Amino acid sequence: MLTSSRRQRIDDLAAGGGAPDAGVSLAVSAWRRLRRSPLFLVGAAIIGVFVVMALLAPWLAQHDPALRLLDDQVSRARNEIPPAQPGHPLGGDQQGRDLYSRMLLGSQQTLLVAVLATVIGLGGGLVLGTLAGAIGGWVDSVVMRLVDVMLSIPSLLLAVSVGALFARQTQFTVILAVAIVQIPIFARLLRGSMLAQRASDHVLAARALGVRRRAIVFRHMLPNSLGPVVVQSTLVLAIAIIDAAALSFLGLGAADDSVPEWGQMLGRAQDVIDSHPQLAFWPAGAIITVALGFTLVGESLRDALDPKNRR
Amino acid sequence: MLRYTVRRFGQLILVVAALSVLLFAWLRSLPGGPVSALLGERATPESRAQLQAVLGLDRPVHVQYFQFLGRAASGDFGVSTGVQPGDDALSIFLQRFPATLELSLLAIVLAVAAGIPLGYVAARRRGGWLDNAGVVSSLVGVAVPVFFLAFLLKYVFAVELGMLPTSGRQNAGIDATRVTGFFVLDGLLTREWDASWDALKHLMLPALALSSIPFAVVFRITRAAVLDVLDEDYVRTAYSKGLTDTVIRGRHVLRNAMLPVVTIIGLQTGALLSGAVLTEKVFAFQGVGEALAIGFERRDYPVLQVVIIAAAMVYVLVNLIVDLSYAVIDPRVRT
Amino acid sequence: MALLEVDDLSVVFTRKGEQPVVAVDGVSFDVDPGQTVGLVGESGCGKSVTALAIMGLLPRRGVRVSGSVRFDGTELLGLPAAAMRDRRGRDLGMVFQDPLSSLNPVVPIGLQITEVLERHRRTPRKKAMVQAGDLLTRVGIPDPRRRLDEYPHQLSGGMRQRALIAMALACRPKLLLADEPTTALDVTIQAQILALLAELVRAGDTDLGDTDLGDTALVMITHDLGVVAGLCDEVNVLYGGRVVERGPRHPLFAAPHHPYTVGLLASVPRLDGPRGQRLSPIRGSVSDNIPWTSGCAFAPRCPNVLGACTSVTPEMEFGPDERLLRCHNPVPAPQEVRA
Repeated sequence: MLTSSRRQRIDDLAAGGGAPDAGVSLAVSAWRRLRRSPLFLVGAAIIGVFVVMALLAPWLAQHDPALRLLDDQVSRARNEIPPAQPGHPLGGDQQGRDLYSRMLLGSQQTLLVAVLATVIGLGGGLVLGTLAGAIGGWVDSVVMRLVDVMLSIPSLLLAVSVGALFARQTQFTVILAVAIVQIPIFARLLRGSMLAQRASDHVLAARALGVRRRAIVFRHMLPNSLGPVVVQSTLVLAIAIIDAAALSFLGLGAADDSVPEWGQMLGRAQDVIDSHPQLAFWPAGAIITVALGFTLVGESLRDALDPKNRR
Repeated sequence: MLRYTVRRFGQLILVVAALSVLLFAWLRSLPGGPVSALLGERATPESRAQLQAVLGLDRPVHVQYFQFLGRAASGDFGVSTGVQPGDDALSIFLQRFPATLELSLLAIVLAVAAGIPLGYVAARRRGGWLDNAGVVSSLVGVAVPVFFLAFLLKYVFAVELGMLPTSGRQNAGIDATRVTGFFVLDGLLTREWDASWDALKHLMLPALALSSIPFAVVFRITRAAVLDVLDEDYVRTAYSKGLTDTVIRGRHVLRNAMLPVVTIIGLQTGALLSGAVLTEKVFAFQGVGEALAIGFERRDYPVLQVVIIAAAMVYVLVNLIVDLSYAVIDPRVRT
Repeated sequence: MALLEVDDLSVVFTRKGEQPVVAVDGVSFDVDPGQTVGLVGESGCGKSVTALAIMGLLPRRGVRVSGSVRFDGTELLGLPAAAMRDRRGRDLGMVFQDPLSSLNPVVPIGLQITEVLERHRRTPRKKAMVQAGDLLTRVGIPDPRRRLDEYPHQLSGGMRQRALIAMALACRPKLLLADEPTTALDVTIQAQILALLAELVRAGDTDLGDTDLGDTALVMITHDLGVVAGLCDEVNVLYGGRVVERGPRHPLFAAPHHPYTVGLLASVPRLDGPRGQRLSPIRGSVSDNIPWTSGCAFAPRCPNVLGACTSVTPEMEFGPDERLLRCHNPVPAPQEVRA
């Protein structure tokens, strides 16, 4: 309704992705181009390392991330935290916990935040967008008006507002806050895709042949709308990690930090960043690298799926 | 054109109305709530009921909503409890808004001034080193959390090198006359050049941090749009007429490529407001964003309420202006 | 001396990691001042690429152009970019296929015409605008004053093509290249645009004042034989990137000798043909070509094919009726294609 230009942009994106005649050949040619793209390969390698790190973290980390092993070296009065030392290659954090182990195990929670937030955002968007796009009529109008209102609130403000609704912030409230921001974007993307599909020749042909509506939606429209959704999901994996860090920075991260998460670690490092920048640099470096990995893969997927790039 | 404008304003009102409902629902479902806030968690049920009656919370929800609307319409959003305790929430917003506007404008000017020329050159030399460097840096720019970039800039340029101030909008030692609330503009108006220069120095780092994402986006859209336009038949026609590079670049390529770029600049308003919350907090820059950040930290709901509704209105208004300016650039929309 | 001499022009598209594609394979033809010459052939025969190569409008990267294009005594291939740029729009004009996509959507028609005059004649904007109005009148656009301020989307398809022609002719070029100028238009509009082009290039004896275009030569690129029949003095039939038959219009249409030309003419439906006569399409498609280096590119589709056709490359030679032909086994004259 109001943000018609933003709407337009998401719709353009949606229409661009699933070229009706694309099907398998598009996927095949996209994969062929992806394999040659250095950006994609770098991104995929980063994600690979990140996932392996998260899986192996419990075996790689030597210490319990919640234990204040180096508590005796922490002095609030003199603004001292434990430096790097044998057994603790990165030293300790503000509470004397082993930073190396926290970094390793932090990858698990960070991966969880990214994946869960994306899944929730995508799921919500999928339901709303498919409803609106497939049924049309008043359902479409109501859903889309709601989506437009949500889109008109700056994303971080929306996430922060959702986060503030909970009396006590946990990892889950952070995930929910980050995910809800993505729902309207996914919804609009899917609806745009579905609308473009509905008017396309192959859906008209299916309808003319008497194929039932449910079969058309699930067998013809949804699969062909997936391209832009896959691209957006990959990008959201990066956005979720960054947004979670921002929430933490604003004091709306999970209150309990015994289970480490990179965004939370970065957010909490702000008070000591001037005297102990390493507490911020390690999680920040990890977040930037992983976010870059997802962004690289997302953007090269977008390029590869763009029918314009096919010759 | 006129009908279009009127229709869009009608939509603006609709969005604000829907927002007010959302906001009302949000305020009511926040943990704690005014009664607990005022009386504490251990108040007796009797005193709670009494206070609820005083505050009108015992009345039906729709009545409460219209009361809320009525007060909001008269500018009464309540009194700040955390940002500047005791001050009127609306006046806190109004007093801080110029700072954020100044900051955002500078950020968007930086993003556009760098993003459009770089995007154009990158597209013309597709695959060249400048193109690759631009693409990579725009991808990295999106991956770096804004507040971390702000910290980094502050650490390097303000703390380590001491080239620029670390925080605030103006050095305490400068006695500047306030006219508009825009510090740079105030200095120019009153001919207090040093005040202007000082305010600009305070703006540089936050604006740079804030411009990172808009720059990345403007660069990429410009590059993509120029690549698209270069393939158009009318560019070939322009070449077939033997026109100079200057005319082809300005009149035929950029004028068409600017259409999507203008849209994207409008859409960056939201990202700018989000980013302002983070950068202003890092630099203790007394703008709306900092008020929001502190407001959330100290659960100052009256201030949050004003700022969120204002932010949504600004966003919607800017996009309305963008859509209207679109009609000016693109004659096809006009008719 | 001929105005334009194209000699052994070849254009090869090369892309990294892919087989080079030969789009134009040694095309030669001449155009005299004021003459109208047709380049005819199916899509993919290299006629549009030939025009772009003459104009110097092919992309610099990934394209190899060889041979010679002499215009007014100057070799155009290898001319410095600035010198070529000075000639485009002034000595050489071009009209494109799709008038809507060929016009800048966000610039008024008037400015798109005056920018040519401003560039090549240094005419001040105001004066150029008056001339642009005259040009629009000349190409048959009513109410030109109003049209000057309008945008392409406000004009009809025919008017857009007229405007595009006005732009190409603004500086009265010696040569106008028209690449399928009627293909994107309605049939009735097609006829009007052809009539306009014919009138513009043949208007030598009428008094047209400043917009006299009498001695402009025209190269008409088309797949439509009807267009050629109504307009061209001389016709070049292209196949697989080479000219296969050349001759003056009337003799060529009355007695085509190359089997490809014969096939082209036979596949045009005619209202005045005998009832019940079947159209005779050419077998196969351009993709069946064999390279010119190993014989005749048309051989796989040719009804008159001989053994030599797939082993010996035919040269351009005089065949029956003094016709220039590239064929080992031409169709003899006279040949009644239609009753």
